Amino acid sequence: MQGLKKMRMPLIFLLVALLFPLFTDNQYYIYVVTLAFIYAIAVYGMNLVGGYTGQLSLAHAGFFAIGAYALGLLTVDANVPYWLAFFLALVITTVIGTLVGLIALRTKEHFFAIYTLCVGYIIYLIIYEWDALTGGVRGLIGIESPAAIGPITFDTGISNYYLILVFLVLTVIFMKFLTESIVGRTYVAIRNSEELAQTIGINTMKQKLISFVISTFLAGLAGALYASFVRFIGPDISYTMMTFDFLMYAIVGGFGTLFGPVVGTLLIVILTQSLQFMEDFRMIIFGPLLVLLVIFYPRGIVGGYQMWKMKRAYKKKQRSVDQGSTYEGGD
Amino acid sequence: MDVLLQQLFNGLTVGSVYSLVALGLTLVYGILHIPNFAHGALYMVGGYITLMSMALMGVPYFIGIAISIVVVGTLAMLMERLVFNPLRHAPPIHDKIAAIGILLFLETLVQLVWGADYRAMPTPFADTISFLGITVTWQRIMIIVAAVVVMILLQLFLKKTMVGAAIVAMSQNREGAFLVGINANKVAMLTFFVSGALAAIAASIASPINLVYPGMGHLVILKAFVIIIIGGMGSVPGAIIGGYILGLTESLGATFISAAYSDLIAFVLLVVILTMKPQGLFAQKGAH
Repeated sequence: MQGLKKMRMPLIFLLVALLFPLFTDNQYYIYVVTLAFIYAIAVYGMNLVGGYTGQLSLAHAGFFAIGAYALGLLTVDANVPYWLAFFLALVITTVIGTLVGLIALRTKEHFFAIYTLCVGYIIYLIIYEWDALTGGVRGLIGIESPAAIGPITFDTGISNYYLILVFLVLTVIFMKFLTESIVGRTYVAIRNSEELAQTIGINTMKQKLISFVISTFLAGLAGALYASFVRFIGPDISYTMMTFDFLMYAIVGGFGTLFGPVVGTLLIVILTQSLQFMEDFRMIIFGPLLVLLVIFYPRGIVGGYQMWKMKRAYKKKQRSVDQGSTYEGGD
Repeated sequence: MDVLLQQLFNGLTVGSVYSLVALGLTLVYGILHIPNFAHGALYMVGGYITLMSMALMGVPYFIGIAISIVVVGTLAMLMERLVFNPLRHAPPIHDKIAAIGILLFLETLVQLVWGADYRAMPTPFADTISFLGITVTWQRIMIIVAAVVVMILLQLFLKKTMVGAAIVAMSQNREGAFLVGINANKVAMLTFFVSGALAAIAASIASPINLVYPGMGHLVILKAFVIIIIGGMGSVPGAIIGGYILGLTESLGATFISAAYSDLIAFVLLVVILTMKPQGLFAQKGAH
């Protein structure tokens, strides 16, 4: 029961997410929320390597695009069955991620950020210039929707919504187990001080690599889902601005928190989509917001909420101690 | 032969601009160890201020540049005061995120105020001149001359004046600089001003041969990062030499290898260098 109570907020969220399509007929709302779910999966990747392990990887949109383009090219040009292509897209992204990680992680801190920024730009340039393969600036059109699994088909907006929700929930569950395990603590140890982590016997290179590879895997997963959901992809999805968008979602929600990516992504995507005029100029508000958050609230909404809850619990405990009662709390 | 000469000349022009941008970046890195991702936005704002003061106020080209230097320098100084100073004790990842926030803000602001169109900047040096079998515009010659003059002035400033020496002292040893009574806040503000001014000059002299638009800083800043990694983060001569190396490699590569992928050269160079030497080519002791 204790565990269930701790998970009360997320479970309410999940229930709302499950019931959401039943309460609206507006396909556009469902579309926007689905898109936010896809981005959230990618942001989880960024959150893992950046928020937990402390390595700011700025090539994230590149891996997102690799996943999307791998799926798109395999289904459109090579006529590979959808789910096989989906699997292959994940493998391709992860393999490229591992190769990049092996080299990129030899660099540290600022060098790592700059290196990955450049890797991201190389991926963008290749997609943009390699007209024969990727369609260049025209992009890829006519990517198919996810193929049916048994009797379940994914040709409507709502069925896609649920499919992507399932992937998102799986991602969150995976992240929960990962970050609360010894591995997750290892990552935090590396974030706090790499030298210190090394002295207590952590193989930092190996751990950083694993977290980087998982992050590229999640970016590829989100990319593949994006390709078959939007059904059109262009080089823009690999551009640096996309990485910065992901970063912003993570920071607003809470960098290095379990539910930060979902909260931040949903909030900002829905906000910008509902205020259409903001689409182009959203950074007028979000740019300074990013700066303010990093200065005053580096743990974002979720981190701030957790802090507030902890403080409240602490005060309550203090009060009960003051009253000399042995009442253990737990209302 | 003519093609080679022409491309060498183009390389020098492009390299001059790269060097100026990289110099600003390396100065800030030397003092505060911040990779200022917003530097490209300063460059872009510099281009716009020069263009707009010429277009709206009708001032001559050089006055436009002067206005741009003051405006962008002040903007950079404000950035240091309002953002990087409060973050000086934060984990390094926060500086980078904050810099990205500033970059996004400035770019959108410029787009909101002046639109996303590509604009051409007029110049009094539009005439061409032929020598040694190549034909160039005076603007390109002006870029090279101006860059060299600015670099010499910067060197004199850093070596011969007390204020400049304070900047150098602080980049060499922070604690030592405090011990001899150097005011860290003032030096940091000054460094940001100089850095912004360099970006403004670079943008103003490069814009007549390129174009002015909100995204004009993206590639330049990435390449400037490549340069300071090649030349050593925080090293002034490294930034100058690195800038020219990159400019020449690019213009030769565009002619003799592939024009479409010429922008890739810088990044491939960086990836190769960091793959072999993760600390950068001329890793300085003390710099992280």
